[in-house]
Amino acid sequence: MWPFFLCIFVCFMKNTMLGIAFQLEGVKMPKQQNYLPTQAEYQQLVKQYEPKRPLLKNCLRAFFAGGIICTIGQFFQWFYMTFFDFTEVTASNPTVASMIILSMLLTGLGVYDHIAQWAGAGTIVPVTGFANTITSAAIEHRSEGYVLGVGGNMFKIAGPVITFGVFAAFVVAIVRILVEKLGVI
Amino acid sequence: MLQGQQSWLFSNRPVLLATAVAGGPFEARSAIAADFDILHDDLWLGQNSFEKAEKKLLEEACLASIQKAGIQKEEIQFFFSGDLMNQIISSSFTARTLGIPYFGLFGACSCSMEGLALAAFVVNAKGAKYALTACSSHNGSVNKQYRYPTEYGAQLPPTAQWTVTGAGAAVVAAEGTGPRITGATIGRVLDLGVTDPFSMGAAMAPAAVDTILAHFRDFNVDASHYDLIATGDLGEIGHAIATDLLRRQGIEMPGNIFTDCGVIIYQDNQPVMAGGSGCACSAVVTYGHFYNRMLKGELKRILVVATGALLSPLSYQQKESIPCVAHAVALEWEGV
Repeated sequence: MWPFFLCIFVCFMKNTMLGIAFQLEGVKMPKQQNYLPTQAEYQQLVKQYEPKRPLLKNCLRAFFAGGIICTIGQFFQWFYMTFFDFTEVTASNPTVASMIILSMLLTGLGVYDHIAQWAGAGTIVPVTGFANTITSAAIEHRSEGYVLGVGGNMFKIAGPVITFGVFAAFVVAIVRILVEKLGVI
Repeated sequence: MLQGQQSWLFSNRPVLLATAVAGGPFEARSAIAADFDILHDDLWLGQNSFEKAEKKLLEEACLASIQKAGIQKEEIQFFFSGDLMNQIISSSFTARTLGIPYFGLFGACSCSMEGLALAAFVVNAKGAKYALTACSSHNGSVNKQYRYPTEYGAQLPPTAQWTVTGAGAAVVAAEGTGPRITGATIGRVLDLGVTDPFSMGAAMAPAAVDTILAHFRDFNVDASHYDLIATGDLGEIGHAIATDLLRRQGIEMPGNIFTDCGVIIYQDNQPVMAGGSGCACSAVVTYGHFYNRMLKGELKRILVVATGALLSPLSYQQKESIPCVAHAVALEWEGV
């Protein structure tokens, strides 16, 4: 039994001695340790200085930018229905394709990111935003080659959207099948 | 030699013999455009990647500073360099070109003064006759690594900062004419829990303040000792927070003395949000703008406190906060 107590005693003494030693050191070398605000206090301080994102302005800009993009889309739909043999439903495919090509062109010309800084969600939410994520990543990683660079990184930002989009569609389909089999609808 | 707890006093007073700074097209329109030795109108510098463009900027700045010093690169014993790229490729590849024995540094944007402090220490201790120190950053390559693709349309918050495309290099010599490097204070890493990578100024402000206070304590001086005290890249928000933190310690920094490289580098009409950032920010402002002002006799004693945010895209995604560091170097112009 006694070696056990001896052990505890030695540990206790060691810690006490170390504590005293550290304290002595502390007296010898005064350090500016505790002058900094705590993390919580500092977050409060930072909040006072950080300008808020201008929410109302951003919403209004997003509304108008998104609206303009949709109007352009509407124009394409009208164009395909008037000059080609498309119905309101079938015209949606060439319309989306046209919007994507337009967005890719603007991204490649280096304009889209500047519009987006002004428009915010207005340029991210429509299909043009999705095209921008893929095109910008493809351009960015062109320097690492076509396969590992462009191919490997093209969906870097768009990937999560596709992953969760497909998964959400899968869940909805399962629910629909179940509901139909159960004879609810 | 050691001064106080974390500072070096360079009693042999090494000389900042020559400096050179290079920049990109956005910097050519900046407030300090006249202080650049080399300016490019192409962000790619004719290279096929941003990384290669950054390396070229660094090489150009190094070679220009060696040329301005009037020496051959074989006369330089050591090269201290750092940048923001993974595995500091810009620096290492530049060292390959130069063929000078090399120390690779990583202190994020604090590299400029980390390198200058180490170069001065080695020269002061007669470990070298000449030492070269440099660092670089490139808006495209840094955004590619840390944030989103350059052309990606994400709206940046008002706290975001603009990474400077540029490189700064300096030759430190045991003898010669130029501003003297009188002392340096090496900072400790601080983390006050800021997690937003678009709010770097706020994350780095405590580290800058800590190093400034340590410098004042170790050298027993106050702000009035210097004509100018410049932090590296805190930006407008970080600068305001740092001023506030110092005030809380009873230190009132005069507005005409205390400034920030990230605040003064760009013009008001340039869309840089809170200011400039990146390794090159403190390097081009110090080695370009401040150096020239010292040569003109406008500044006699300056303290540059380069600040670095030591995060990686991985640590941010793993929800870690941002540890920061700051290193200070004091320069003094004695006149000819």
